[in-house]
Parts: sequence; structure tokens; C-alpha cells
Amino acid sequence: MSNHPLPVVDEEARGDPADLIPALQRIQATDGYLSPDSVRRLSRRLRISENEIHGVATFFAQFRFTPPGRHTIKVCLGTACHVKGGEQILDVVRRRLEVEPGGTTADREYQLERVACLGCCALAPVLSIDAKIHSQTSVLKVQELLAKREARENA
Amino acid sequence: MKTLEAHRRRATGAWEELQQNRRPLLYVGAASCGLAAGAAEVIEAIEHHLAQRQRSADLLRVGCIGPCYLEPLVDIQMPGRPRISYSNMTPELVPDLLDSFLEKGEVHRRHLLGHFGPNGCDGVPRFHDHPMLAHQVRFVLRNCGIIDPENVDHYLARDGFVAFEKCLASSWKDVLETIKNSGLRGRGGAGFPTWRKWLVCRETESDARYLICNADEGDPGAFMNRSLIEGDPFAVLEGMLIAAYTIGATRGFVYIRAEYPLAIERLRSAITRMRELGLLGDRILDSDFGFDIKIKEGAGAFVCGEETALIASIEGKRGMPRTRPPFPAVEGLWGKPTIINNVETLGSLANIIRNGAEWFTRIGTETSKGTKTFSLVGKVRRTGLIEVPLGTTLRTVIYDIGGGLAKDFKAVQTGGPSGGCLGEEFLDTPIDYEALAAAGSIMGSGGLIVLDQHTCIVDTAKYFLNFTQAESCGKCVPCRVGTRHLVAILERIAQGKGEIADLARLERLARAIKGGSLCGLGQTAPNPVLTALKYFRSEFLAHIVEKRCPAAVCRDLVVYRIRKEKCTGCQRCVQVCPTGAITGPRSEPHNLDLAKCIKCRSCYEVCRFDAIAGDAIVIESGA
Repeated sequence: MSNHPLPVVDEEARGDPADLIPALQRIQATDGYLSPDSVRRLSRRLRISENEIHGVATFFAQFRFTPPGRHTIKVCLGTACHVKGGEQILDVVRRRLEVEPGGTTADREYQLERVACLGCCALAPVLSIDAKIHSQTSVLKVQELLAKREARENA
Repeated sequence: MKTLEAHRRRATGAWEELQQNRRPLLYVGAASCGLAAGAAEVIEAIEHHLAQRQRSADLLRVGCIGPCYLEPLVDIQMPGRPRISYSNMTPELVPDLLDSFLEKGEVHRRHLLGHFGPNGCDGVPRFHDHPMLAHQVRFVLRNCGIIDPENVDHYLARDGFVAFEKCLASSWKDVLETIKNSGLRGRGGAGFPTWRKWLVCRETESDARYLICNADEGDPGAFMNRSLIEGDPFAVLEGMLIAAYTIGATRGFVYIRAEYPLAIERLRSAITRMRELGLLGDRILDSDFGFDIKIKEGAGAFVCGEETALIASIEGKRGMPRTRPPFPAVEGLWGKPTIINNVETLGSLANIIRNGAEWFTRIGTETSKGTKTFSLVGKVRRTGLIEVPLGTTLRTVIYDIGGGLAKDFKAVQTGGPSGGCLGEEFLDTPIDYEALAAAGSIMGSGGLIVLDQHTCIVDTAKYFLNFTQAESCGKCVPCRVGTRHLVAILERIAQGKGEIADLARLERLARAIKGGSLCGLGQTAPNPVLTALKYFRSEFLAHIVEKRCPAAVCRDLVVYRIRKEKCTGCQRCVQVCPTGAITGPRSEPHNLDLAKCIKCRSCYEVCRFDAIAGDAIVIESGA
């Protein structure tokens, strides 16, 4: 990982602080997270101190500093999802996969996030697994969904 | 000066040909909500079936037409027939639908929603007579669900860029005058007159001015901006051209949430098309006006909806607000005069210019002109994206458009984390900026969340405060520390550990936070608590005095119980209980061990949807 090229920075960043967030976004899109090494190298390239980069990156919810799981489960806890039982959906994922929001399962298969809104409020409660949004879900449907995925993995 | 007239004529010709189709024309609602409901699988099934039957048809992936609860929506338009709409499509239903039209030449009857256009059609009802649509007017959303959002020719054929060309041929002062006369106010929530902000920016001496489209729709429970961008990105971008021309901006940014990948993709594609047409870049349409747009993806911070925080974030800093004045219109991005307008504000501009200010003022109330889009969600029967004239009452929106609730109405939450919960006595309040503010809430960006008797007000207030507390940037003490204490007190009450004096504490603290915070986030964060206390005080008292949650939501105050007389002993709940709390032999009423119950709701759901009894498990609060 440490010799991973920084695809972003080579072309675009020229020391303009406005490029920092887009650069971080592209690193995360490639690597899945911001490693200490990529932050160090970005710091040199942009001439912005590592401290400052961490200051900016930790401010925003999007950035993570540990390697992600292979799949990302986002449980929506927007207002519509909340009033339709989103907390309980989160609980069932948490319990079933033994993972806390922001964390990754022991086998690195899943990463769990609680998000403020996926923008599908009319179909609440929703959760997404990678790019696929599952709408009008329920505790039972989520249990089934996870059981099915588990069966597929073990097959 | 170059004009788009020739191109528009060609595009209009092609659009009309498509409409007077020789081939069947299919529309699939493929915005994020449609896709979440399964539109991609439906499209796949359509393509598969057409290939199998060796039929050709045109297929348009369109934006959201509004009734999200009926998604996925598929419309079919046969030669010589109007467009007919079908709801809740699944891949399994596709073959019958297509065969009925393409093979038998008959109107399919199952899942039928209605037809478009004025003329009757084989006894099919009109789509726009559907109760969810009958009370709406679609100006801002006029193209959503109608055109292919990635096809600039479709936009052109629907009078696209006519308004911008009109502006380009007149002076900025004339455009400003039109917007002033229209009475348009910011649709982001605060409702500041758009023209006044623009004028300040234009009159500030500077070598550069910037325009930012605020698409950082961070309000949880709201998705109007996402839908508009996904369904009609050119309308928003044309609005940006009009605004930039008026204020004299040369560069523009769309600041959009990273959580909206499809909307970002649509914007990128639209910007590319506009460059090809000479609608962005230097000397637009050979005029002296030059303007270009860049997309900035937000990295996830609610506070970045605040103007100065948004600017800081574009500059590459932590998204923290600063004191105002100077206002961004005077000193904004990189110190230059900057205008930040909401997506819907910008999306309204072309309509106003094309139809005239007077047309716009005919819609709405004395102080709030035009229409407003709302995301109507929560415990209402018909959920979706709606657009109504300002001044429409909450009752019309919830009962006529939304079809009411399955259970008893409790409140409607407007304005998201900055707004409040309004109870039954406000149902006849007209929706406008002043009326909602007078009630202690705000218009906000357009989230309308309907709550019923099974929604707890204490829990809702706690939910919003948890949200704002987590999103507080931490710069000023009243917001950073104050919201934390509000949450702690609310949590105590929700656990049944509150005391009467907590209510006064909440109110005092809320007022201190409102008065002492630097930006809009802190100044409005206590609104959900204050309105809850004002209108639903008895519910707080029930939690404090009786240790009871009347809505049976607050987890520490509810128990799950099996009604022995109802339980048939079908064992479905035994199978789903994750902790083995439910036991009992088949065909005999089951037992629930409260010590083991973690209140996960599995048994409750399974009993309702899957078991024989249907209502043997209840969630109750207090004695």
C-alpha cells in the first residue's frame, strides 16, 4: 500500500488549499480510506501540514481513517426513517453482524455506517448495501436479507 | 449574437415526432427513489421482454413525477394513444403489461394509474385527477418525469434556455427588476428576497464575483433538491446562468452532497452538454458574458448549508461559520462578493423570466409568492415529492394530497432540525414563510414529516437534538455545549428519570442557545424542543410524572406483552426472537420472558405480517 501512487495529486493539486478536499475525496475513492501514508504524501504535495489536513478531514463525516470492509451497509436515520423505526433496523444489523456504526466486522466483510439521509424518505425506512438501496424495509426483512447474503457467502 | 433558435426548432421537431410516435414509447421513473424501489430491475425486464418478442420501442429514463409510494412507475404510450401510467411495477409484471399493449393492442388494466392529456381514453382515469396530483401545480418540477434529464434536446424542446436568451438580450437591471417584481424569496428556508441579495452583490465593487448553487440538502427527511437535479438538471443550470448574468459572476459552483451520486452524474453530464452548445465558457453565445460552473462535492457536514461554512469548505477549510457581516454578498468566497442560492430558487428563475413576474405573483399569498416543493413523508398514506402554491393549508397537503393517515394525526414537522412540530390546531395554517414562523416553526427547505399517535414527541425532539448536537461545528459554546445538555435532559426524560424542573431547564437553555449562537444552526437548533414543549407539554409530563410514553416508543418505558387470549401458538415469534425470550409449545399461548427481551421488534412485526393471530403481541407503556 505504501507505494500506491497518488493518482489525484499528480495532475491537479498545485498547492491551492481549495484542492485539498477534492484530493482527499479522490484518495478515499481509490484506497477506501485515508492512510497515514497517503496523508503524509498529500501534505508534501500540497504544502499543507499533516495537522491541518487531519483537522479538515476529521471535520467531515465522509472521511475514514481505517480500511473499509468489502461491503458498506448504510442504515438511514433521516427523520422519515427514524419515525418509521430506523433505530431498530440499525440494531438488528449491529447485533447480527456484531459491529458498531463506524466499525468493520472482524472478517472485514462489512462496514456499518449510520447516515443522516439517503434522500429516499418516501420509501422509509431504507438502508443501502453498497450502491443498492433497499426500501420500505423492516426488522424482519433486514434479517432475511442478511441471512440470504450469509448463505451465499458460505455456499 | 448567436441564438439557439435553429437548434431549438430541430429539437422541438424531434420531440414532437417522439410524442406522435410511430413506435411504442416507454417511460420509467429512474430517479434515486425509483431505483431504490426497483426501477433498474424493471428496465432490465422490459429490455429483455422486447428482445424476446423482437419488438422495438423507445425507452426514456425520466425523473421523479412525484408519487414515490407508487414506485416503480412505468408509462406506456402507443402510437395514436395518450401516455398511460402504471404503478408498483415489478419485473414479473412486465411481460403481461407489454404483451397486452404490443401483442393484443389492449389497454392493460392491472396496476393502472391513469392517462396523460385532456382527452378520455377507454375509460382510463386521468393521471392528473389522481388525488395526489389534483391539488398540485408543477412549475419548478414541470419537466421532472416528462423528459430524459440527460437529453438537452428534450430540455430545449420544452422552451429550454429561452429565458436565458431573453436575459442576454436585456440588461442585468431589467432582469433584476423582473425578479424583484416577482417577489421571489429564497427557497432554502429563510425566505430572504432574492433580488435584494443580488443587488448588494452586483453593487459591490470587485474584480470578480461568484455564484454558488447550494445543493447540500442536509436536512434529514428532505429530498426535493435531489429530485429536481435528477429530473431536470438543465433548469437549475439555466437558473445559474440567469443569476450569474444578473450579478455579474464569472465563475459558479454547485455545492452538492456526496450522498447524491446520481444527481452529481446528471449535473456533470448536463454541464458537458452545455459546454458543447456554447452555453458555458467564455463569450457565451458570442456575447460578452462568460461563465463557467464547477461541481464541488460536499464531504458530509450539515453546518455547510450555512453560507459562510459552505464557503469555508469550498476554500478547503473546516466548514465552520464566521460572524456576519460582512455578508457573503459583499465578502464571500476568496473574499469576493458571492451569491449563494438554493437549488429550488435557481430552478424557479427560468419560469419567472419566461412567463413574467406578474404571472408568478398571481400564485401564492401576499408575502409568499409562487410555488414550493415539499417532500411529504412519514406516517401519511401517500408519500412523495409535491409542489403546491404557497398559501396552501397543511390540511390540504396532508389529507387531500397525502390521503391522510392510517392512525390518528398528531403533528407535522416542518423545517427539519431547525423547525418544529405543529399539532392539529395548525392544520388550517396556510403554508407561507410568516405563518409558519409565527407558529414557532419555519418553512425550511421543504421537508414535511407527518407524525401519528405512535410517534413520541419527546423522542422526536431528542432525535433532532441528537442530530444538531452531532452536527454542531463546535465553534461557539452555546451551541456546542448547550445542545449536549439539551440532549442529556431529553434522554433523562425519555428514560423516565426526568423531573418537573427539567421542563424549565429545557426552556431556559433553549433560549440561551437561540440567543447566543453564531449561526443559523445554533440559533434554530432548539426549535424542535421549544415547539414540542409549547404544543405537547402533556406528553412530557406523562414521561416525567407517570413514567409512561403515551406513543409507546421510548424504549425504557415500554414492555412487549403477549395477549394470551389472541395468541394461537403458531411459533413464528419463537423462531425470530434473537434472545430466546419467547417460549411455548405449539398451539398454546406463548410466554415472553421480560428479563431476556431486548425490545427488538422482531416478534411484533412477525405477528403482524406473518402469523396467524396478527395482533397477539403488543407494545405497551405503563400500567
